[in-house]
Amino acid sequence: MTEPVISLAGVRKAYGALVALAGIDLAVEGGSFVALVGGSGSGKTTALKIINGLVSPDSGQVRVAGEAVGQGPGHLLRRSIGYVFQEIGLFPHMTVAENIAVGPTLAGWTEADIAARIGELLSLVALPDSVAARLPAELSGGQRQRVGVARALAARPAIMLMDEPFGALDPITRDALGRDYKALHAKLGLTTVMVTHDVMEALLLADRIVVFGEGRVLADATPRELLSGHADAAVRALTETPLRQARDVNLLAGNASGGAA
Amino acid sequence: MNAQLSAAWGLLPDYLGQHLLVSLSALALGLAVSLPLTLAAHRSAAVRWPVLTLASLIQTIPGLALLALFYPLLLALSALSLNTLGVGFSALGFLPSLLSLALYAMLPILRNGVTGLQGVDPAVVEAARGMGMTENQRLWRVELPLAAPVIMAGVRTATVWTIGAATLATSVGQTSLGNYIFSGLQTENWIFVLFGCGAAAVLALAADQLLGLVERALRDRKPGRIWVGALGLLIGAGLILSPLAAPKPETVYVIGAKNFSEQYILAELIAARLEAAGAHVTRKEDLGSAIAYRALAAGEIDAYVDYSGTLWANVINRTDNPGREAVLAGLTSELRRRDGVLVLGGLGFENAYALAMKRERAEALGIRTLDDLAAHAGELTMGGDLEFFSRPEWAKVRDAYGLRFRAQKQFQPTFMYNALAGGEADVISAFSSDGRIAADDLVVLEDPRRALPPYDAVILVSPRRANDEAFLRLLRPLIGRIPVAPMRQANYSVDRDRDKRTPAQAAAELRKALGL
Repeated sequence: MTEPVISLAGVRKAYGALVALAGIDLAVEGGSFVALVGGSGSGKTTALKIINGLVSPDSGQVRVAGEAVGQGPGHLLRRSIGYVFQEIGLFPHMTVAENIAVGPTLAGWTEADIAARIGELLSLVALPDSVAARLPAELSGGQRQRVGVARALAARPAIMLMDEPFGALDPITRDALGRDYKALHAKLGLTTVMVTHDVMEALLLADRIVVFGEGRVLADATPRELLSGHADAAVRALTETPLRQARDVNLLAGNASGGAA
Repeated sequence: MNAQLSAAWGLLPDYLGQHLLVSLSALALGLAVSLPLTLAAHRSAAVRWPVLTLASLIQTIPGLALLALFYPLLLALSALSLNTLGVGFSALGFLPSLLSLALYAMLPILRNGVTGLQGVDPAVVEAARGMGMTENQRLWRVELPLAAPVIMAGVRTATVWTIGAATLATSVGQTSLGNYIFSGLQTENWIFVLFGCGAAAVLALAADQLLGLVERALRDRKPGRIWVGALGLLIGAGLILSPLAAPKPETVYVIGAKNFSEQYILAELIAARLEAAGAHVTRKEDLGSAIAYRALAAGEIDAYVDYSGTLWANVINRTDNPGREAVLAGLTSELRRRDGVLVLGGLGFENAYALAMKRERAEALGIRTLDDLAAHAGELTMGGDLEFFSRPEWAKVRDAYGLRFRAQKQFQPTFMYNALAGGEADVISAFSSDGRIAADDLVVLEDPRRALPPYDAVILVSPRRANDEAFLRLLRPLIGRIPVAPMRQANYSVDRDRDKRTPAQAAAELRKALGL
């Protein structure tokens, strides 16, 4: 059996008296798309930030691509991992092209390679070349998040960490961006770990869902397994809402088309 | 009117250049110290609090006090360095001004710097970390560019403050636009005062506007305009500083003056004699009373006029009064022995504390001496300047003659003379060489018990010029040649409200009248 690309073993993290992670184990195979779901304070974001060393665990083992995290300098690890989060954090004093160029520049690419990469990435995230010279403030929310994804992908990372990446977008943009990203994930052979509080999003995008609650892993299963029921009542409650909504919408669509016919 | 204005214009290149030089140097030093401190305070909360508190604390010290505090400190350091390393440095003028102005510039730079860096959007900082920037890369590529407009606003504030506060540097012997203001206030030459304030304001506004251009360019991220603003600053500074780059003659005599009319006139008189003989002279005016003697002893000024009673009490700490000649002789030997300072001799008049009355009133009451005054004191009102009644001279004269007045009142000096003229006071404290004594037809009462110490005006020469015969030969003819009446007349011509003379004009008239 090959070693998982990301593995957390017995990881604990507390902020003062508040326990964010009460000793979790998690293994992510190469090429998989894992969603971490759970309410706020469940520990899912802390788990994500422990993977790229933005947060150091109090105890436990973290390994990424065969290396123990926390041994070498954190910034070198982070350069090899794409990172996208809800606030995006585009650098407001840099143009779109300059924002995208940050990662490759840090990795020491040549200017010609960087220039070629910018065009490539813009078409990858379905943005016109004309946005390259604009400042982030001149873009729409959806465009900004596409730039965020392009920037995270720029230095060709094999792993992407995403923290509520589409959370601030309207439902239509959110859906489009989610599906576009899933296609990119498959096309580029990425390993993706995405934090979301939206179970529907997790069900539709991920091929594996890890449910967090009070700093523990409550469930770790494929979307299909999760939808077919779970022993834990809290986990069942999570999936029941999207299932009921889907049934209701289907019913509504069936009735409406029936009435029109 | 025109003479005052053209005199002011003539001094401008030197004053403006010196003012800008000390302001810019202080700003550069302030920036060099504050920016690393800003970064340390940004990174560590443990550094932030003490640094910002200390900077705020410095800001609460009045500018004049801060400048004055640096002088003795530097003097001690200079002596230490002379003893240990064999090199001393000047504790007067540029250095204390530079240090205190730099300290003043620190607060706005620090506070804005920390505020600007702390105010960078946390999401942007997280993105920088998440992308794998090191702490330094984050600082230089993200935090500093984003905080630059706020930092720049702090630099602008510091610039305006420093250019304004640099006018105070005059009081520690650094030439600045403050020379107009200090001497103008002393001689009630409002043209000079306004000219100095106006020049400082124009300089501050110009610097502020050019820095504003840089600030806006930073905010809008227009590198081209940053260079335009920076170039404007450089060219402006270059033009203003260029007169200072003129070649300096080898020997320059430095003549000092304290901060009142008589001192300016006598400094001009000495300078005029030296210049007439072809020597080069610079003036260090508006020195604090305590600073002037120390500056002379340290060789930072070559000569100035002081008063025997002041030196007797404040420099060699004596409280007795052995009489005019004995005081002068005692000073001559003691200052030479102690500091190597040469007391060249008395000019021929005293500027002493004295009690004065209107001539007709004194004659009507038959008062010529302080003994006569004591007999009538119970019917009379005494007016004093703001410090007179708390000075030891007053305690001495009061006890020696048993003076018990009906009332004692304090006045600002100008109003004191008005009060005497208006009959609100019958006797006033006066300085015996004050021009208003002649102008208002006052009599100075005699002091047969010698209760008031002598205040002979004497020329002091610094140790390094004490054997410079060429220099001394030009000063000696002044000894014993200036009676009190022409000195009063000269002082009055500078102090009066109409037909005012500049100190240089008054000195020229005095030279002509006395054939000096």
